[in-house]
Amino acid sequence: MNTFISLTVYGLADGAILALAALGFVLIYKATRVINFAQGEFLLVGAYTFYTAFVLMGLPWILASLVGVVVAIILGVVVERFVLRPLIGEHAISVIMVTIGLSAVLKAIVQMFFGTSVREQPKILPTNSIEVAGVTVPLNRLLVILLAGIVLLAFTIFFRRSRHGIAMRAVADDQQAALTMGISVRQVFALAWALAAVSALIAGVLLADLSAVEQGIAAFGLIVFPVVILGGLDSVPGTIVGGLTIGLLKQYVSGYADPGLAEVVPYIVLVAILMVRPYGIFGETRIERV
Amino acid sequence: MATATGIHHRSYRAELRLRHTKAEWARLALVFLALLVAPYVLTVYWLGIANSILIAVIGAVGLNILVGFTGQISLGQGGFLAVGAYSSAILSTRAGLPVPLAVILAVLLTAVIGALFGLPALRLKGLYLAIATLASQEIIMFVVRRWGFLTEDKGYIEVPRLNLFGWQIERETFEVQWYWLLLPITILSVMAARNLFRTALGRSFMAVRDQDIAAEAIGVNLTRAKVTAFAVSSGFVGLSGALSAYYTETVTWERFTLDVSVLYLAMIIVGGLGSIAGSVYGAIFMMLLPALLTEIGGTVGNAVPFLSEQLPAIKNAVFGLAIIVFLLVEPRGLDRIWSRMKDYIRFWPFRY
Repeated sequence: MNTFISLTVYGLADGAILALAALGFVLIYKATRVINFAQGEFLLVGAYTFYTAFVLMGLPWILASLVGVVVAIILGVVVERFVLRPLIGEHAISVIMVTIGLSAVLKAIVQMFFGTSVREQPKILPTNSIEVAGVTVPLNRLLVILLAGIVLLAFTIFFRRSRHGIAMRAVADDQQAALTMGISVRQVFALAWALAAVSALIAGVLLADLSAVEQGIAAFGLIVFPVVILGGLDSVPGTIVGGLTIGLLKQYVSGYADPGLAEVVPYIVLVAILMVRPYGIFGETRIERV
Repeated sequence: MATATGIHHRSYRAELRLRHTKAEWARLALVFLALLVAPYVLTVYWLGIANSILIAVIGAVGLNILVGFTGQISLGQGGFLAVGAYSSAILSTRAGLPVPLAVILAVLLTAVIGALFGLPALRLKGLYLAIATLASQEIIMFVVRRWGFLTEDKGYIEVPRLNLFGWQIERETFEVQWYWLLLPITILSVMAARNLFRTALGRSFMAVRDQDIAAEAIGVNLTRAKVTAFAVSSGFVGLSGALSAYYTETVTWERFTLDVSVLYLAMIIVGGLGSIAGSVYGAIFMMLLPALLTEIGGTVGNAVPFLSEQLPAIKNAVFGLAIIVFLLVEPRGLDRIWSRMKDYIRFWPFRY
């Protein structure tokens, strides 16, 4: 029972970060129909920007987060404007490959500035443990779940209530109709990339705080795929359900069966879902008309 | 000076010829000459790179059959290379089969496994298929890494120096002998792929790429076309993997990761999707790029120490930039650039 609760907490914490990473992915896909293979590198860049501001420049963490957000927004907008916009309307393979190329470039930039060694960063979240239902659980994992929950809630409210959020949903629904209503599709595309970069920043910083600031953070980007396929490529609530499911599944498999198997289980789930219900649990079924 | 300003056919026979102009024959002869002279001119180091290129060309042609000609995106290239390499190595070292037989069986096995992992393509398209093949890559990687039986729990397979019916590759002339061995195999593979697209099967692949629903309407069996495309493509990839196993004499999982899949995709993007010649150009380009950067880093590095320190990072950056720049500037790759150059001369003084 003790193992079960601690595995659950670890799984939920992983799942919460996964959900944040997947949120950025879904934002981009929903608004612009681009599959972003560079999502993991966005996490990486976010974590290293925060590290630069927080540790190297010695800013307090609030200011460091602000610097991180500004850099993330600039990165998102620049990438959208100069890399993705020229490819609007191109074949899926071109769009996928350009984001793969982008991921190589981003990784190389981080490698140039910081090398490949692991960087030490003082923990932001408290590292002591607390007792929950007779089991000691690390406090930082619980806080990560809470923080991710707040961010996801904020994004949901943004989409439901704010002007820009509603504009983004309108563009995702029907670009031409949105254009005729006076919504700037360009702005929405830029906004989607900027928001995706910000949510990746948050996920990256949280992940770095739980483990360490290192190149391996980028590998997290690939596990996003099972998450979004499970939840549906264009569903925001789907990212939460998908993220938590995959996070828990990985922890349970590695706790009860085999840590190596835990690496591949998300992909097996992915294939199974693609065979049964390709559009995910919450995804919108698209019908092809000739 | 009078010029032809284009190609003019006077009979249907002339139009159906594979090569229309004397210039094309002359270029072919030049390429052949260069290939024949290469082992006597190149140093051992560059000949080694040439051999890796020859192996990569087969893999790139295979991937282009699937991605460029059939329109099925695959991120599973690394996995299929692994299947080819592991199966041929195991068949020849442990089952004791002669190498050619082991290679042929490995090609067939990879084709079967490729067809199996191609089954999701029957229901999925575009982005979803890309993600499904990503999963197949990860699953094959997992099997290769964790299934101790494959490597007898060593984590790698050691392949003895190639021995064909008693004729052994020698240590001193290793690269030269391999060059003469690989060159005909690669040329045959490229010609086979080229001719595949003059057959009904190959044409059905292209119909599926252009519009699968329309293809079905004119009588293409979609299931058959997609599964055979995966099988044929994986067959080529398996051959490439098997050859690389004997050439490098070790088989480890590190050489078949997702990065390798991405490298091969980059080759066909840079070379030109849907072009056999393009796969060849792309493979040459992407394999030469790191070697050339090392050369440049070596010569410039003395003056600018920063460059030689950052060489690995620069290689990655140039790799990514090459993909992005080609997609933005010339999405149809080197092949298109080359044919535009030819057209410019052919149609001179007119623009088209």
